[in-house]
Amino acid sequence: MEIVAQLGSSTLTGLSYIGSLASLGARAAYDTLVAPFQRKPLRLQRAVSQAMEVGVRCLPILSLITFFIGLILALQAAYELRKFGAISAVATAVAVTMSRELGPLITAVVVIGRSGSAFAAEIGTMKVSEEIDALETMAISPIRFLVAPKFLAMMVMLPCLTIWANAMGIFGGALFGITQADFTFTRYIRASIDSLLLHDITTGLVKSVMFGITITAVGCLEGLSTGAGAEQVGRSTTRAVVMSIFLVVVVDLFFTALFFFAGNQ
Amino acid sequence: MFTPTQAEPVISLRNLRVCYGEREILHGISFDVLPGETLVILGGSGSGKSTLLRTLVGLEKPSAGEIVIKGQDLAKASAAELDEIRRKIGMSFQGGALFGSMTVGENVALPLREHTRLEESTIEIILRLKLEQVGLEGFEYYSPSQLSGGMKKRAAVARALAMDPEILFFDEPSAGLDPIIAAGIDELIVQLKRAFRMTIIVVTHELASAFLIADRMLLIDKGNLVALGTPEEMRSSTQPRVRQFLDRVAEPEISGEMDYLQMLTAERPNAQRTTGKRGQ
Repeated sequence: MEIVAQLGSSTLTGLSYIGSLASLGARAAYDTLVAPFQRKPLRLQRAVSQAMEVGVRCLPILSLITFFIGLILALQAAYELRKFGAISAVATAVAVTMSRELGPLITAVVVIGRSGSAFAAEIGTMKVSEEIDALETMAISPIRFLVAPKFLAMMVMLPCLTIWANAMGIFGGALFGITQADFTFTRYIRASIDSLLLHDITTGLVKSVMFGITITAVGCLEGLSTGAGAEQVGRSTTRAVVMSIFLVVVVDLFFTALFFFAGNQ
Repeated sequence: MFTPTQAEPVISLRNLRVCYGEREILHGISFDVLPGETLVILGGSGSGKSTLLRTLVGLEKPSAGEIVIKGQDLAKASAAELDEIRRKIGMSFQGGALFGSMTVGENVALPLREHTRLEESTIEIILRLKLEQVGLEGFEYYSPSQLSGGMKKRAAVARALAMDPEILFFDEPSAGLDPIIAAGIDELIVQLKRAFRMTIIVVTHELASAFLIADRMLLIDKGNLVALGTPEEMRSSTQPRVRQFLDRVAEPEISGEMDYLQMLTAERPNAQRTTGKRGQ
């Protein structure tokens, strides 16, 4: 009986967590989309500086990682394809896997590590040092001031980063294709582009927007629910990373299944 | 010197109760704050004085009772009404709570930039004026981390003053400061009181500073209002809790063998319940 009760209570905790995420997301969406028309200007400048941090500063490490991932994918695919003498299909395998799945997912994981954790740490530190309280007593909504610009930055930057990651993955595959499978660079790129449907890219981008929303919501919620004391900031940051990775995978599964079954009909 | 008048109270508390979860922190507190007076809220650690202050600025929701600030009940106010009240108040937090990612000047200018449509040049003039009022002229381009503890508090006061509030709240203004710097902050509060006739509410446990700045003071103990009066009335009070606080007498140790025995063997009620369940 106790197991059932525990299962029930953890399900409830899980659901209420999803509820808080949704309500934070909805308030941020209101502040981003509706409030600017009610003479409450959006802090575009803050969103731009966030976008700089989330997006542009992420490029070097993301490029390196996805280049390697592309190369790994090519090696793994070639291992199997070689048996059928179809090693030239490597280009297709890498391009499709990158843009449908690994591009968005790897980008999300890198962004969680860089920015999701930073959101939780930044807001958590502000919570501990009463800065969030100070904002509220100044009649400045912490959601509008801190959270909304992050949502905006993430929703714009994550798809951009994903496109970049897809390209870098394909370049990584090209390194293998040129050295091991008699491709020239242009032929490899052409083969990749020919194998891709627009559908492959858009589903990846839709997922990446959803990942961006998830990562921001978790990071900011964990930051805002930080308790008293500096060690709580560390806890929030860890929780933000673990929860984000978990929820990104859940969201990924959900949308992949959705596209799969919707595409079959 | 301040003289009580028949004026409408600026803040009026009636039977205010505040709970954190199931634990009640404030057990029904009632008092009025008159316009232009400096009220000092005294109390030991854990007495509920900080909770009282947080409730007064709308950071905690009362579970019962009412807080009327400028004719508006805080407990029933909507988010928009609450923001309207908050524009009339300024709060200086214990650690300053300055935004580390902004300069001192940007911190002070923030409420002006968020709530007014003033020209940038006007805002800069106001911000220099506010910094000058707290004795921090020329520090607008410093980051908060470059300031000392006392300067941080002054900058926080400047930020609280930015919107020309009618009521100013201080949380532990002299906490963590050396006696000279703390005296400087006290002096600043007295100056603000004289210059602007602002209503000022200060939470502290520093007796010296309390007697220096207060027009009236109240003592909170274990979530109850124990005494309220002028500094002279407090000094001559015979109430045991007031005397204990003012004379800095430690809590009496447990006396009597039976009490001591009970303290050692007593189990908490809910602890008993769990052990009982396990036994079945």
